[in-house]
Amino acid sequence: MHIVVCVKQVPDSSQIRVHPVTNTIMRQGVPAVVNPYDLVSLEEALRIRDRFGARVTVLSMGPKMAVDALRKCVSYGADDAVLITDRVFAGSDTLATSYALASAIRTIGAERPVDMVFCGKQTIDGDTAQVGPGIARRLGLQQLTYVSKIERVDPEAREIVVHRRAEGGVQVLQTKLPCLVTMMEGANTIRFAGMDDMFRAARCDIAEWDHKAAGIAELTRCGLKGSPTVVKKVFAPSAKAVKAQCFDSAGKTPREVVDALLARVFEQHPSIEEEIAS
Amino acid sequence: MSAEESPAGETAAAASAPRRAGGADLGAWKGVWVNIELERGRVQPVSWELLGEGRKLADHLGVPLSGVVLGPDDEATVAAAADAIRYGADQVHVVRDPVLAHYRTDPYTKALTELVERRRPEILLLGATTLGRDLAGAVATTLGTGLTADCTELRIDDETRSLAATRPTFGGTLLCTIHTLEYRPQMATVRPRVMAMPRRDDVRTGTVIEESVTLSEDDVVTKILSYIPDADADKAQLAYAEVVVAGGRGLGKPENFRLVEELAQALGGEYGGSRPVAQAGWIAAERQIGQTGKTIRPKLYIAAGISGAIQHRVGVEGADVIVAINTDAKAPIMDFATYAIVGDALQILPALTDALRERKARRAAGQGAAGACAALAADAA
Repeated sequence: MHIVVCVKQVPDSSQIRVHPVTNTIMRQGVPAVVNPYDLVSLEEALRIRDRFGARVTVLSMGPKMAVDALRKCVSYGADDAVLITDRVFAGSDTLATSYALASAIRTIGAERPVDMVFCGKQTIDGDTAQVGPGIARRLGLQQLTYVSKIERVDPEAREIVVHRRAEGGVQVLQTKLPCLVTMMEGANTIRFAGMDDMFRAARCDIAEWDHKAAGIAELTRCGLKGSPTVVKKVFAPSAKAVKAQCFDSAGKTPREVVDALLARVFEQHPSIEEEIAS
Repeated sequence: MSAEESPAGETAAAASAPRRAGGADLGAWKGVWVNIELERGRVQPVSWELLGEGRKLADHLGVPLSGVVLGPDDEATVAAAADAIRYGADQVHVVRDPVLAHYRTDPYTKALTELVERRRPEILLLGATTLGRDLAGAVATTLGTGLTADCTELRIDDETRSLAATRPTFGGTLLCTIHTLEYRPQMATVRPRVMAMPRRDDVRTGTVIEESVTLSEDDVVTKILSYIPDADADKAQLAYAEVVVAGGRGLGKPENFRLVEELAQALGGEYGGSRPVAQAGWIAAERQIGQTGKTIRPKLYIAAGISGAIQHRVGVEGADVIVAINTDAKAPIMDFATYAIVGDALQILPALTDALRERKARRAAGQGAAGACAALAADAA
């Protein structure tokens, strides 16, 4: 079995700040991490390898600094790592991103056929959840998104049974390999990196492919040119015209503040008092 | 796997070619479509919310609004089509086929893609549910067009006659407006409860168009073995609750979360939390409120120890009244709250719970006394 896990290096969103005057994102000093949802998929791939024997290749698209994310994945136990990095990828939307990644997976598969592709459920910076399905369509893979559990993998029969989250329950699906899986958070926890793997990660060569090495012929399908969506405007939301009516608790007991608040809320919104009473 | 080995390799290769619908060709794409999400005989309410929003876009453009219903050949599919008209559609395109009995990516993608190519709508909206996001990503890639996920605002840009889709970005720190200028259809998904539910009009009339798409169960590789309904139906209640109390990192530690739960209970409402506390495991993922969790539209929302990052804000802005409890008078949540208590949530929350419980007790006692008086009066008579 050969499993490819797609990962993205993302800014740690909890530490992103917006410049109060210019409304631009202050990236300086924001640490980059492996997208946390990708680690759930990586762990699942490693578990399949542990059970059946497989090769796990991690793949990323991004600037050169994204090798750090791939090195991190190798330290968790991934066997190989490939970074596709090229100026022609700049400005890619999800359609262009899935084109580039799918092309790279084809190239990886030419050497050793790929049986499964894992992607994160979504990223924490883009939050679109579109790249996984995009790759699946382009490569003709069975598409299994929002998987909460992999119940069975049968490499011989090339079958897989998964639990897929739906709105009011879980679908139990059986399908054939090759397939693409995106895992739900909570399905597992990424393992601790072992000492051996940490040394291996520190020393290993991470393949860096430009568009040619990745097997991409049509540059018009990459980057800004290959992206149907155009970002017209980025902005911080405006404050509400009416400021919050403020109750300061300084010098008052919590009960006094709370009573003052409730009196005001019920006076101005009688329907809420009825809602609570019902 | 190479493209040759993959059974669907050929079609996938063809599918991934982006088609530019530029110049005069753009004008051939007309109308606003909304995917009516039918799953196990039930329509996801987000579909009606999208019809409400789609109505405004269609009226602005001066084009018809259509629903698309994909489902099995049964009463629920027919009813969903009829309901789509009641919620604002001028026409409904319906595909009834046993292969569509349950959602599976391949046959649904094939059916929707074929309908879009046949009828050429300029805009296609889907709910950002697990089903809708799975389907939207597959359809957009197959059509080679632009898709904007989790929009919080949809407008028509008069200059270009294109859809201006606004969504939070960078983990919800900023908003961005995205256009698909040269490709059609312009696709977007919107999360449940982000748009208001339109009024249902039972006398509204429209046209149901039965569409045929060639589907065969033999062609579908993925099979449904079973379906496990959620045991905890409460999880689904949060998005539609009238009163919601939520906590954030300002509560300090997971044990303090019971203060949030107790207040929610005293109010007869639901509770939830911000993304950081959900990620830290203080609450179940299903109770996360915000852009990547649930969007809520309650009458009353109380946020304790939540700073109010944009990704949270877009999930709660639909609330009628927002009460913020925060030690920081300059926290972003103060910019969109209706009322704010500047103070320690750990002291304010229990005080609020006590005050509300006492109110309830007084009311009950009052009613009890009134009842007793009435009984005495009856006796006297």
